Amino acid sequence: MAKLENSLKNMVLSLTVITVVVGALLGWVASVTADPIAEAAAKAQAEAIKAVVPVEGATADAGVEVADCGNGLPATVFTVTKDGQVVGRAVKVTTKKGFGGKCIVMVGFDAEGTILGYNVLDCSNETPGLGAKMPTYFQTPENGGKGGKSVVIGLNPTKNNITVSKDGGDVDAITAATISSRAFCDAVALAWASVSGNTDAVTSATGQVNAAPAESEEQCCGDCEGPETCQKPDSLKCDKCKAAEAANE
Amino acid sequence: MSKLGIIINGLIKENPTFVLLLGMCPTLGTTSSALNGMSMGLATMVVLIAANMVISAIARFIPDKVHIPCYIVVIAGFVTIVQLALKAYLPAIDAALGLFIPLIVVNCIVLGRAESFACKNSVLDSACDGIGIGLGFTASLTVLGACRELLGTGAIFGFSIFPENFGALTFVLAPGAFITLAYLSAIFNKLFNK
Repeated sequence: MAKLENSLKNMVLSLTVITVVVGALLGWVASVTADPIAEAAAKAQAEAIKAVVPVEGATADAGVEVADCGNGLPATVFTVTKDGQVVGRAVKVTTKKGFGGKCIVMVGFDAEGTILGYNVLDCSNETPGLGAKMPTYFQTPENGGKGGKSVVIGLNPTKNNITVSKDGGDVDAITAATISSRAFCDAVALAWASVSGNTDAVTSATGQVNAAPAESEEQCCGDCEGPETCQKPDSLKCDKCKAAEAANE
Repeated sequence: MSKLGIIINGLIKENPTFVLLLGMCPTLGTTSSALNGMSMGLATMVVLIAANMVISAIARFIPDKVHIPCYIVVIAGFVTIVQLALKAYLPAIDAALGLFIPLIVVNCIVLGRAESFACKNSVLDSACDGIGIGLGFTASLTVLGACRELLGTGAIFGFSIFPENFGALTFVLAPGAFITLAYLSAIFNKLFNK
C-alpha cells in the first residue's frame, strides 16, 4: 500500500485527526462506564462492610471520614446500626507498612471493640503465596484461616495486644511474611484508633501530653476543698472553680 | 496464507511467548496463577484484534515518519477502553490484574504485530493475526500460570490438587517464573518447531 508522503502538512494532519478521534471515543466510553464503575465500587464497599460486621438486618451509614487515622492518611468509619442501636463499626484504613507499600483493610468492631471481622480490600503489593495470604490467614479456621493464635477475630484492642508474637503480641504472623503481618496488625491498630478517637495513641508520642490537662483539672477539684476556698491560680483552676470565682467577682 | 493458517501461525510457528519471546514483562508478572495468566492473555487479545484491524485500515493515511506515535495512540486508546470496561463490569479481574492492564500499551507484541503485519495486510487478515497471536499468548500464559500455580501452591485455577505445604514457593516468585518459562520454551520448540 502506498503511504502518504512525509510532508509536514500530512504529518500534522494525520496525528491530529487520529488523536482527536481516539480522544472523542475515550470520552464517550468514559461517560458510559462512569455509572457502572461507581456502582461497582459502592457495591464492593457495602459487601465489605457486611462481611466485617456480620449482623443480620443491620444497615451502615454513609461513612464519616477521619482526616488522620494515626499515620497521616485518612480513614472512613461506617457506623452499623440495627433498630436504632449501634451494633458495630466498620473502619476502612490504609497502612503504609506493607511489604510492597500500601494495603487497604476494612476492620469491623462491635460496640465494645471486639473484632467481628476483617476484609482486605487491597493488598496487591504483597508477595503472592506469602503476604498475599493476608485476606484469609487471620480469619477463623471455618473461613480459611490458619487457626490457633493467628485468629484475630474475637480479639479486642483494649484487652489484647494486637501485634505479631515476634514483637511480644498475641497474633501469630504468616510464616515467612512477618512484614505483611506487621502491616496487618498496624491496620487493625489504626482502625481502632479511628474508632476510639485516640489517634495519638498510635504514634504514642503525644499520648502522655494530652492526658495531662485532664488530670490537673481533676487534681484541682480533688486538691482544693471546694470552689469557695480554692487557692489555686486561675490557670490551674478547673471549670467549676473558675465559674464559682467568676460568680463571686 | 489462508485465514486459518494465519491463526495457527500465531498459535504455533510464531508463538509470541515461546518463539518470538515478546511481551516478557506481563508474562512473568501475571502468571502467578493460571486464572491471572488467562485473564491477562484475553485482555491482550482483545486489544490485539482491535488495534490490528484499525491500524490495518488507516495505515495508508499515516506518513512513515509519524507511524509509531499514531499506532501507539490507537493502541493506548483501546487499552484504556478495555480497562474502563473491566472496571465497570468485571471489577474482580481488574483488581487481580491491577497495574498490568495499562502496561498492555507497551507490550511489545501489540506494537510489534502492528508494524510487522497489520500495516501491510488487509483488515480481515490482520484480525485473524490478532486472533492467532492473541490465542497463542493466552495459551502460553495459561500453561505457564498453571505450571507455576501447580508446582508452587498445589492448585490449578483454585482447585487444590495436592496440599499447599508440598508446593515449592519459588515457583510463585520471580525466579520460578524465569525457570518455568525457560523449560516450557525448550519443550515447546522441541515439540513444534524443529
